[in-house]
Amino acid sequence: MDLKDIPEVKINTDWCKSCGICVAFCPRKVLEMGMFYAQVAHPEACSGCKMCENLCPDFAITVTLPVKTAEKVK
Amino acid sequence: MDYLYYLRQSKMPHIWCDGCGHGIVLKSLLRVIDKLGWDKNDVAVVSGIGCSSRTPGYVDFNTLHTTHGRALAFATGLKIAKPQLHVIVVTGDGDAVAIGGNHFIHAARRNIDISVIIYNNYIYGMTGGQVSPTTPTMKKATTTPFGNPDAPFDISRLAAAAGAAYVARTTVYHYARMDLYIEQALTKKGFSVVEVLSPCPTSYGKLNKLGNGVDMLMYQKENTVSLEKAAQLTPEELENKIVVGVFVDKEQADYQEHYQKVVQKSHNV
Ligand SMILES: Cc1ncc(C[n+]2csc(CCOP(=O)(O)OP(=O)(O)O)c2C)c(N)n1
Ligand code: SF4
Repeated sequence: MDLKDIPEVKINTDWCKSCGICVAFCPRKVLEMGMFYAQVAHPEACSGCKMCENLCPDFAITVTLPVKTAEKVK
Repeated sequence: MDYLYYLRQSKMPHIWCDGCGHGIVLKSLLRVIDKLGWDKNDVAVVSGIGCSSRTPGYVDFNTLHTTHGRALAFATGLKIAKPQLHVIVVTGDGDAVAIGGNHFIHAARRNIDISVIIYNNYIYGMTGGQVSPTTPTMKKATTTPFGNPDAPFDISRLAAAAGAAYVARTTVYHYARMDLYIEQALTKKGFSVVEVLSPCPTSYGKLNKLGNGVDMLMYQKENTVSLEKAAQLTPEELENKIVVGVFVDKEQADYQEHYQKVVQKSHNV
């Protein structure tokens, strides 16, 4: 699959406090906890549900849907 | 949506601890304001003192960070002076129903057009975990090391009894429900209250051995029942359950309406 067709999960490492909420609640296990902050370990598994973004208390995760999906959601 | 547009980025990252639910509440509030398409200059966010009350410092609206327990008094003055503003009070359980308890019930009785979002974490987070009026019976705080002998306030039922036009309770874990309730509250004419249960892993969680932020969210996920379902359960079955839902949603004349009549009458004498 072309990476452009899947949602992009970005971590703001300056704001992440490594609470682990995204890692625990992502239904597709996209994220893993690194030494100091969460890391996007399996980007290809992301469904774009934004569970991690909505539950991140630190404004540290942004999920951008690919253009095609974003249009469908609209 | 772009949260950064609504944040004072120079104040970030915020001071809330890792795993604290307060940031999840703030995000929901910003999503709702974005959805409603309100201009930032038409919104005023007012708070008292506490971890939850730090919220106005981070948001790029008209903001007032006032004194402990008095957010509603300031917000009342603001709403009366500038009725066109959307006035939103963000407060903690201590700020709202301990030191600010009287302001809270009387603002509800007055039914002034203000929305209040209460971040209820069952404890005074900011000052190190003292007992609050919502700490459940026999749960621990630094000031009740052997357990809290008092019964807790049910904030939502208190607001309902005092006369609020809209009252709802949710957890931070159920963020879609939180978005819905906050939107209903913000668009309600009259006094509206959303009680959001927000984990404080640092004080309440640690003192009561409830684990970290993840564990406390998991607890919310697994132990929440709706008001409708709760009505069919026995008190034993409801023990340790979180009951969420809309407690009140009614149309009634707000303070402004009555106040205008008083102003008119005073002009006639
Ligand atoms: C008049 C006054 N009394 C006491 C305090 C100390 N104080 C600061 S925050 C706070 C409690 C805050 O608890 P809560 O509103 O539940 O917010 P949280 O920190 O848990 O989010 C207290 C007692 C104060 N700042 N001013
Ligand atoms: S002390 Fe508790 S309420 Fe305050 S920021 Fe930390 S976790 Fe949140």
